[in-house]
Amino acid sequence: MLDFANLLGKLHGNIFPSDIMTIGAALSMVGIGLLIVIYLTISKRWHWLFREWLTSVDHKKIGIMYIIVAIVMLIRGGADALLLRTQQATSVGSSHGIVSANTFQQIFSAHGTIMIFFAAMGLMFGLINLVLPLLIGARDVAFPFLNLTGFWLFAAGMILVNLSLGVGEFSAAGWLAYPPLSELRYSPGVGVDYWIWSLQIAGIGSLFSGINFLSTIVKMRARGMNLMKMPMFVWSVLGSMLLVLFAFPILTATLSLLFLDRTLGMHFFTASGGGNAMMYVNLIWAWGHPEVYILILPAFGVFSEVVATFSKKRLFGYTTMVWAIAAITILSFSVWLHHFFTMGAGADVNGFFGIMTMVIAIPTGVKLFNWLATMFRGRISLKLPMYWFLGFVALFTVGGVAGVVMAVPPADFQLHNSLFLVAHFHTMIVGGVLFGYFAGINYWFPKFTGFKLNERIGRYAFWCWVIGFLLAFVPLYILGLMGATRRIDHYSASLGWQPLFIVAGIGAGIIGLGVVLTLAQIVYSIWKRKDNLDYSGDPWDGRTLEWSIPSPAPFYNFAVVPEVDSIDAYWEQKKSASAKTRQAKVVYEDIVMPKNAPESVIIGMFAIGLGFGFVWHIWALVVVCFIGIIVTVIIRTTSEDPHEYVLKASVIEKIEKDALLRSKAHA
Amino acid sequence: MPEIVAKTPNFITDIDSENKTIFGFWVYIMTDCVLFASLFATYAVLHNNTFGGPSGSQIFSLPYILTETIILLTSSFTCGLGILSARNKHKNKVLFWFGVTFLLGLAFLLMELNDFHHLAVIGDSWRRSGFLSAFFTLVGTHGAHITVGLLWMLTMLIRIWQVGLSKANVRRLTLLSIFWHFLDLIWIFIFTIVYLFGVMKV
Amino acid sequence: MKRKHLVAIILILVIAFLVIAGIYLAGSNIQVLDPKGPIALKERNLIYVALALSLIVVLPVYGLTIAFVIRYREGNKKAKYSPNLHGNWAAETIWWLIPSTIIAVLAVIAWNSSHSLDPYKPIASVNKPINIQVIAEDWKWLFIYPKENIASVNYFQFPVNVPLNFNITADAPMNSFWIPQLGGQIYAMPGMDTQLHLMATSKGSYYGSSANISGTGFAGMNFTAQASSLSSYNEWIKTVKNTGIKLNPSSYYNLARPSSYNPISYYSSVSNGLFLSVINKYMTPIQNNNSNNSSGNNNNNNNMNMNGMSM
Repeated sequence: MLDFANLLGKLHGNIFPSDIMTIGAALSMVGIGLLIVIYLTISKRWHWLFREWLTSVDHKKIGIMYIIVAIVMLIRGGADALLLRTQQATSVGSSHGIVSANTFQQIFSAHGTIMIFFAAMGLMFGLINLVLPLLIGARDVAFPFLNLTGFWLFAAGMILVNLSLGVGEFSAAGWLAYPPLSELRYSPGVGVDYWIWSLQIAGIGSLFSGINFLSTIVKMRARGMNLMKMPMFVWSVLGSMLLVLFAFPILTATLSLLFLDRTLGMHFFTASGGGNAMMYVNLIWAWGHPEVYILILPAFGVFSEVVATFSKKRLFGYTTMVWAIAAITILSFSVWLHHFFTMGAGADVNGFFGIMTMVIAIPTGVKLFNWLATMFRGRISLKLPMYWFLGFVALFTVGGVAGVVMAVPPADFQLHNSLFLVAHFHTMIVGGVLFGYFAGINYWFPKFTGFKLNERIGRYAFWCWVIGFLLAFVPLYILGLMGATRRIDHYSASLGWQPLFIVAGIGAGIIGLGVVLTLAQIVYSIWKRKDNLDYSGDPWDGRTLEWSIPSPAPFYNFAVVPEVDSIDAYWEQKKSASAKTRQAKVVYEDIVMPKNAPESVIIGMFAIGLGFGFVWHIWALVVVCFIGIIVTVIIRTTSEDPHEYVLKASVIEKIEKDALLRSKAHA
Repeated sequence: MPEIVAKTPNFITDIDSENKTIFGFWVYIMTDCVLFASLFATYAVLHNNTFGGPSGSQIFSLPYILTETIILLTSSFTCGLGILSARNKHKNKVLFWFGVTFLLGLAFLLMELNDFHHLAVIGDSWRRSGFLSAFFTLVGTHGAHITVGLLWMLTMLIRIWQVGLSKANVRRLTLLSIFWHFLDLIWIFIFTIVYLFGVMKV
Repeated sequence: MKRKHLVAIILILVIAFLVIAGIYLAGSNIQVLDPKGPIALKERNLIYVALALSLIVVLPVYGLTIAFVIRYREGNKKAKYSPNLHGNWAAETIWWLIPSTIIAVLAVIAWNSSHSLDPYKPIASVNKPINIQVIAEDWKWLFIYPKENIASVNYFQFPVNVPLNFNITADAPMNSFWIPQLGGQIYAMPGMDTQLHLMATSKGSYYGSSANISGTGFAGMNFTAQASSLSSYNEWIKTVKNTGIKLNPSSYYNLARPSSYNPISYYSSVSNGLFLSVINKYMTPIQNNNSNNSSGNNNNNNNMNMNGMSM
């Protein structure tokens, strides 16, 4: 009964990849990981890494960790994309390209999963972590321990996805794994299980972040900042987090049901046995549609901040913008069926959801007009964040039009699952989500590092992204109209598709160059930071509270919790005289700060083991890790120790005075 | 010269902490609601997919389920009595009432496991049909939540016995009671939609 | 000076690129925009209408963005600067109302067309329709003509101007039945029977594919829909009947085994009720003694606990 073959579950036999691409990718990942480990050991920085970063509950550090993971995954997802483009540009007629059909299908499944769940969500949670408390005048998020634990669950999911590259395989059923294809009968390997568990674990992390950020916004705003005085970014995060809280449990349930089908022989979505695969499609998109609004709303919020600041003008139509966010939030739950008009729900149902889909375009368009009105009669400074905003206007509009076209159900019958659809959603996510978060990173970078990102390299990166994007995706719009369906690893030469695929491949390469330049921008800026130092804490002549504290932001954020009485509170303070008199009468007090939380790391590690055990049916590992998580949680949550320490007023005073002296010396 | 005035540590005070934490916990309860809603929706779609196997009316025993329900409802009542005792700082009463709640909850869980075991043994397990998969998962998820609640209750009993009714412990008991009542509410929906409607063949 | 040259060179390159692209595209077969049947024609026109209506909003957006960036850039001191201009009800009303109106118009179009172009709606015609049963297999398409009692793989032929009534199912994971030049797609799902109604108004060979991933070989699931004259169609039926290969449960079982890039093949007769039996296979349990799965669907539903915990 306890023989070793059974103890290892399915982890035996042919578990390593066999094609050269996958082997190469896995080995490079291992290699890079080893290099990092060696560096840390030689420079004796393990303790520093743990104390200063991995166990830190400082929301700013957690934000930076999220962004680093997200950028790494952006690179991984981008490498996947280059492989996909190469395959589709070469696999014509008698040639079957550079990878097998099954490998190709794993690559695009990984590409989509990684980009949405780890790159985009990672950038989003990273940015929110970095700035949300600062924007509302708070010293921390509502639940710092939960925050760090959410990050480690996100990281655990990321590690599981990457593990699948070297041990086992990934899902070949697309980024949403529709049954019956994803059921055990048609996907007997461990791929779909890796997909399920990396998303399940990361999804719980997202739920934690949703609870955290919602509570932060509701409970921790500075005095005087009532809801209608919050910065627009905060409103957009509020909408996005409400969506997280209502949508992610649906994902949790659906992934569990698919897992139960595959592992316990249940019949939720099986083709036979009383299952209903269409139920899965409904459930997964009931989560999936809100998910894309979860991603885009904070990007809209970034643009609201950026456009106002760089037009030196207050955001136009604050109230309308709030209503638009509210409308988008609520409406995003009423459109999910537009992802499967072609599943045969009937004309009434299709018509209803088509109309709702069009309706949601209205508040989105309104926001665009309000940003333009903000620019009207402003003084526009074309710094990099504005470049990214303009790129967004150019691209997102195109993608939006494509979306409105597909919202007409019979039109969608001809466009569904074609490359036109693929081009549409990439336009929204790259042109909308990614450009928004790039704008945010460029905008807020000086607040966390004390120096700005290099403008010149940033512009080169920007143009590579825009031109690369157009070259990569305009051909795809056309290919869709030429009848090309998505996810194909081969096609006939007589269709005449290859030239467009080749152009798309070149475009993808240019985007790759854009990624390299984005990284180069960061690296170069760090190397040459002395040329771009900002001592004032307010390099852009900003309008909101985060610019009122020194750069880099002190770990306690605000020495004195601000009191607010208007929108654009900091701008108003600067314009009024009281700022100068306030400087002279600062009263520093002791602050209670949260301690580091190693428990979060432990939970994350157990989560990886739990996921791995579930994937390979190593039940002993599952039990041990499950117990480990429960014990860690019990120890943490039953302790009488509040896990805090007191930060003395004298320490704060010194930090503040040093910053003030520095800024005066370089004024 | 700015004045430096050392004061007592402020923010995060006890009151603020309690207020924030209870709010956050309610937000979590809302997400759990959505989770159960998804399972209810799935059950609604699949409840007639018996695929040649038994339907609800054939396997549900209303007297048995009524007993489970009364046990769970009573445990909610005793939980409430426990919270009252906590507010009145009566440590021993707290231990007593939450102990009773624990035993009642355990009885509920054991009855449910017994029911499940019986069904599995006669061949009507979750593998049999879409209906049974949905039934076992919906009711089973509730049972899993009950299990977590019992573990939490046991942990609280031990800690309160060791350390007493500290502010933190009273706050944690409040959260536990919110959780427990929530599970009771979900059970009412399960009782109605799954068992009652199932037997009435709605 | 150098900057002007750079911009000029870039502009010339862009224009040259666009011209070459235009010439290439003009000679290409952009199937969705080149309909050969009434359904595809109406669907194409919907695309155009929606596009045109959207441009009412898009063009001003682009125009205003460019104009504002140029006029209100901080180097231009001539432009008026109104730092406190952050609301105007007239402006807001306009840009709520105009998009709402456009969407309202489009909504009416969407509602009406969803009904008139419902895939389940038969096509009105003086000619009697042909019924074709379609089964998505791993990874090829099987077409059964129940009345003519023939079947074919990855190819089917029909006369122009005759309505085609498709009943579609799958003996495979979810697929999607799509012939772009004749009309939009509908999903093919195991245990289900979906319908599609199409017609061709010109003769030709039309490309068809599966538009939903169904496994490793799904890229090879292409088929040809051949619209011909009535006499050619009758010839074709005779040819198929002469092949002498029967499609019965045994030959069907062989056909259904996973294979991709299947060449065209014909069956001269089809056993009665084959299509229905493929659907029912997923809907009815087989009365075995200890299992409750149906044929071909054996994964994990017998009492031997193959996938659960083994201790």
